[in-house]
Amino acid sequence: MTANSERLPEGGRIDRTKPLRATVDGIEILGYRGDTVASAMLANGIRTVAPSLYRSRPRGILGAGNEEPNALVRVERRGSSPMLPATTVELTEGLPVHTLSGIGALEPNSEAKDLDTRFAHTDVLVVGGGPTGLAAALAASEGDARVLLLDDQPELGGALLRGTDAELLDWAGGAAELLRARPEVTVVSRCTAFGYYDENYLLAVERGETLDRQRLWKIRAHHVVLATGANERPIVFAGNDLPGVMLADATRAYVNRYAALPGSEAVIATTNDTAYEAALDLAAAGVSVRAIVDSRAEPPEDLAAMACQAGIEVLADCVVAEATGTDSVAAVRIVRFEQPRRTVRTIRADLLAVSGGWSPDVGLFSQSGGKLRWNETLAAFLPEHSRQRQHIAGAARGRYGFARCVADGRFAGVSAAESCGYPAPDSPLRPGISERATRVETEQRPVWIVPAETGKPAEWREHFVDLQRDATVADIARACGAGMRSPEHIKRYTTIGTGSDQGRTSGLTAVGVLAWLRGMGSPGALGTTSFRAPAVPVSFELLAGRDTGKLLDPVRTTPIHPAHRELGAEFENVGQWKRPWYYAREGEGMHEAVLRECAAARTGVAMMDASTLGKIDLIGPDAGEFLNRLYTNGFKKLAIGSARYGVMCGCDGMVFDDGVVLRLSENHYTLTTTTGGAAGVLDWFEEWLQTEWIELDVWATSVTEQWSTVAVVGPRSREVIGAIAPELAVSNAEFPFMTVRETVLGNGIPARIVRVSFSGELAYEVNVANWHGLAAWREIERAGAGFGITPYGTETMHVLRAEKGFPIVGQDTDGTVTPIDLGMDWIVSKRKDFIGKRSLSRPDTARADRKQLVGLLPDEHGTLIPEGSQLIGEHTPVTPEVAPVPMLGHVTSSYHSAALGRTFALALLRSGRERIGQTVRTPVGDRLVSATVTEPIFYDKEGARRDG
Amino acid sequence: MAHTLPEHPAKLWRNPEPKRSYDVVIIGGGGHGLATAYYLASEHGIRNIAVLEKGWLAGGNMARNTTIIRSNYLWDESAAIYEHALKLWERWPDELDYDFLFSQRGVLNLAHSLQDVRDSVRRVSANKLNGVDAEWVDPDEVAKICPILNTSHDTRYPVLGATWQPRAGIAKHDHVAWALARRCDQLGVDLVQNCEVTGFLKDGDRVVGVQTERGPIRAGRVGMAAAGYSSVLAEAAGFRLPVQSHPLQALVSELLEPVHPTVVMSNHVHVYVSQAHKGELVLGAGIDAYNSYTQRGSVHTIEHQMAAAIELFPIFASAHVLRTWGGIVDVCPDASPIIGPSPLEGLFVNCGWGTGGFKATPGVGSVFAHTIAMGKAHPLAEPYGLERFTTGALIDEHGAAGVAH
Repeated sequence: MTANSERLPEGGRIDRTKPLRATVDGIEILGYRGDTVASAMLANGIRTVAPSLYRSRPRGILGAGNEEPNALVRVERRGSSPMLPATTVELTEGLPVHTLSGIGALEPNSEAKDLDTRFAHTDVLVVGGGPTGLAAALAASEGDARVLLLDDQPELGGALLRGTDAELLDWAGGAAELLRARPEVTVVSRCTAFGYYDENYLLAVERGETLDRQRLWKIRAHHVVLATGANERPIVFAGNDLPGVMLADATRAYVNRYAALPGSEAVIATTNDTAYEAALDLAAAGVSVRAIVDSRAEPPEDLAAMACQAGIEVLADCVVAEATGTDSVAAVRIVRFEQPRRTVRTIRADLLAVSGGWSPDVGLFSQSGGKLRWNETLAAFLPEHSRQRQHIAGAARGRYGFARCVADGRFAGVSAAESCGYPAPDSPLRPGISERATRVETEQRPVWIVPAETGKPAEWREHFVDLQRDATVADIARACGAGMRSPEHIKRYTTIGTGSDQGRTSGLTAVGVLAWLRGMGSPGALGTTSFRAPAVPVSFELLAGRDTGKLLDPVRTTPIHPAHRELGAEFENVGQWKRPWYYAREGEGMHEAVLRECAAARTGVAMMDASTLGKIDLIGPDAGEFLNRLYTNGFKKLAIGSARYGVMCGCDGMVFDDGVVLRLSENHYTLTTTTGGAAGVLDWFEEWLQTEWIELDVWATSVTEQWSTVAVVGPRSREVIGAIAPELAVSNAEFPFMTVRETVLGNGIPARIVRVSFSGELAYEVNVANWHGLAAWREIERAGAGFGITPYGTETMHVLRAEKGFPIVGQDTDGTVTPIDLGMDWIVSKRKDFIGKRSLSRPDTARADRKQLVGLLPDEHGTLIPEGSQLIGEHTPVTPEVAPVPMLGHVTSSYHSAALGRTFALALLRSGRERIGQTVRTPVGDRLVSATVTEPIFYDKEGARRDG
Repeated sequence: MAHTLPEHPAKLWRNPEPKRSYDVVIIGGGGHGLATAYYLASEHGIRNIAVLEKGWLAGGNMARNTTIIRSNYLWDESAAIYEHALKLWERWPDELDYDFLFSQRGVLNLAHSLQDVRDSVRRVSANKLNGVDAEWVDPDEVAKICPILNTSHDTRYPVLGATWQPRAGIAKHDHVAWALARRCDQLGVDLVQNCEVTGFLKDGDRVVGVQTERGPIRAGRVGMAAAGYSSVLAEAAGFRLPVQSHPLQALVSELLEPVHPTVVMSNHVHVYVSQAHKGELVLGAGIDAYNSYTQRGSVHTIEHQMAAAIELFPIFASAHVLRTWGGIVDVCPDASPIIGPSPLEGLFVNCGWGTGGFKATPGVGSVFAHTIAMGKAHPLAEPYGLERFTTGALIDEHGAAGVAH
């Protein structure tokens, strides 16, 4: 092997002015711009790739496109990729390539790639830039429809690029030029459509010349034209996996497009007309073509004559029984097609070009929901019925030959444009070309398998069906013998068609072989296995796009966030929000910080950013009625200027969310939700308003981000509020608990102040427009400085509310807890109906021995029971190895309390209220911790602190 | 050269014509239907059984799941049936004499928020008391179990720890189905493919057989194990099931050298992934929100799944999606299944398994077979009757503490 030794001296579509160097398994190869890795390998005399995956058999390059099962490579840098077909990787300078045996390897630190997503809306999407697609795009764009044309090659022309017909290539070049000149046409090369979803939504991957640049296209098209062409099929015979066995059309691609010689002495095996072109092209390129082996008894005279003229013998009514050779094809044994299959000849050759006929590429069509039907004449599954607004045209529906493809593409393009309201003027495409005579193909004689002369199919382990999966006729025969009949079973049993080549050369062949084994005339009755997205493998990172790392789920912060950072807050993720968890001072851990923050709230004054609570405005004459139906308690009669705590249930009667509702005017309420529940509550509202209670005149609007809220908490909070809001009368009589006041702060900021408390202490929530949030925080901080105002985070909030026994929805409830289980009978209206009410009277939901919210005091005052710990009876033996240990409930919240000077917990406990005063136990590590059951309230039971 | 997969037996099943009458007809030739037939024949002495499959055997959810097996469920009722299943899984390779690549490589369920941590501790605590192997592991231990997992603090939702069930794992789903089908066939069960049930033969309120596209078939008892089509069948029988059907998607990568030693699931970042024996990464994600019987999901679900996968496993970035597919999951209001008698005498229901069906396969088989044979619910199935939707005795597995999939 020497560099470029197998490169033809001239021709091809490579750019000989741009020489390139690359390495394959460390060996330097030379190539040109326009080469693929595979074509450069062949041009450098490398015909053997990595051995097969399971049987370590030598393998060579079979195809010239994404159908390639053997020539798999790993590319190291610049867009490193674990496994790609060498036939689709463009050669670039310095590319390091390693051949692979059907299994890739992930690299821990691959270089970042340049990946992006593009959204496109178009009238007409044309998939495929061969003659059909070009004709379709030209026709569709004549009437000004917006047209998007995708083609997976660097150059438009499709199958024409594999030929040498200058007139046709000129036509393609002209068409491409014309399209690019039209303002409403977008042509995207190196772009492969891989997914076809409902409502003409397609996904495509666009590659750069190098692998490190890729773009995901998301396309919504009014009308789609699929011009996806057809794939050549191999034939199954003994030794058909040897290097040197190649698809006939691929050999054309190598000599014509890449000017690379795939061999020196060739035999052509075919069932149809198309391989004659390969034979002639190979001969023209200097390959000694020894014979065309045609399965048909009477090959077409014109082609036979051309072959004869080129000095190629045609062996009619013959098939290849066997390719032999140690590391690659050395000889081809030819037999009669009809029984008995006596050997006609054995011919020395290093290249065996095979054409078993063509299969229209119906993958995308099938993904889109289209139905297929077997066509006996063409020996192929053809599109039968579209489910979406689409046409499938040209070779993709079995219309072969340039003239037919162009005519079909043109018809599809005109129809597509018309369906979008852009009728194309009735003008011929380019006079002369579309009428160009194409010979009518002679019927083929399908050959799925050339049986061995000896043994049973279950022994034919060298008749390969899926080269990547190393699966043979023997495997199919075994599956069939085991009782399997469905192609889906065969696929799973043999793994045929599951490789990274998506079974392009094996899927239908397997069905053909199965039909043969079962003595069926054709594969028609068996059908294909399902075509699934993606039609070509697509990288995880491309699909993920930019929604990774920090953008995985964008962080939400409040306007007060900068202040929290300055104060050195530790943050907790709550839903998408970053909330201050605690503010540790020098030398403090979380424990110390929380004790200090709690003490400040109980004895002085403390402040917290409560802006993340969900906030929803409800406006309309029926707002009160709507709230009455949603919450377990009533809101219709809530006085204007008042606030009320409320609980919502799901239809099952289980607590779903809670919050405080303010009535601001006759028809205007505003309410809070839990931080994590905000979106779900709004969805819930909208679901009822839009689908069930459409008669209610209510508008629900999220105002979570319109308001910033600062809670000011503690016995001295009134003084702080008085200081920041000089116009506000703050005495208990003038601003009582659960009322709301609109005022203007001393610094000029309008504020809505509510007297609510989630700690049991005298407390206020100061709401301001969010752009004033930080200023309000600073103002409160300034006014509170003299009182030692202390910022606190979510952990302190949790401790304070737990000391009072206020549950947190989602922590002390889990979707199985009713308001009554929480001891909130008082909030459940007996008079009015509300969502979930009926469920509360279901026999199980009304049981007295349900799990109920209780308090727990660990017998050891310093022992903190981990949240989540399961509770068992005082005398229950803990022998899970014998039988499940009966559990009574679990600890939902557990803290150290500064106010109590000890640890305490909240728990959901079976028959909890009956067990008050009793002892329960819980495993903590290797020991059992005992605790006494109490009422779920530990501090200020009489509620004396609420009014300061 | 890669490891070859174990060779399958040369004989799996006959392809019999359906008879006109059976003692028991099972609707649905998936894992659950086959396992039920297997236990009916092997443990309850009923041999005159047909399993009717509308397509090809085990071509529904049995062919579409991500093959994860675990029993670390929260509630007693769930842990009991899934642990029963896991114990049977551990016996099956020998019992069925079939190497279906059952691999107890453990499962990590990651916690990413403080509430995740509470829920995880709660579940581990419950699992331990229920005799299910489980432990809470901190981020360092997580990193030791699965070194390619990103456990750094510098991520959007850092891994705060995980629950770890060492006995959990994966199995090759198709092979499990074939192992069952082969054994059923050996026991004389007729496995009838391409035989869709289109209606029921009734005598008053009693079901006495099924109408199929291949004619009527009478049956002493009928068991429904039709997963995503259960609500359609129930409708045909004349009653309604509290079941919503949704698409659920999964995907595989190309074959890759071994890189992922266990099973990782994250509800919060939302992806679950293992690496199958052949080498492909197997991933699943969230249920599509809409109702559908189409076995087609939407693209954005896959995109989110990919973003989540890369977030947790940066090394997966350059892997490729080779194939995506969808199944239909039938979900009850409490995300727990229905097993037991139906409103019609002679007809028994097993459905609503949502995302838990595959891992429950042996448990369902044993429990549902018992239920059909005895005419009343197996003790493990008792909590799973249809009546719970009127009594309110729900087994809510999708609450804050629930773990999907």
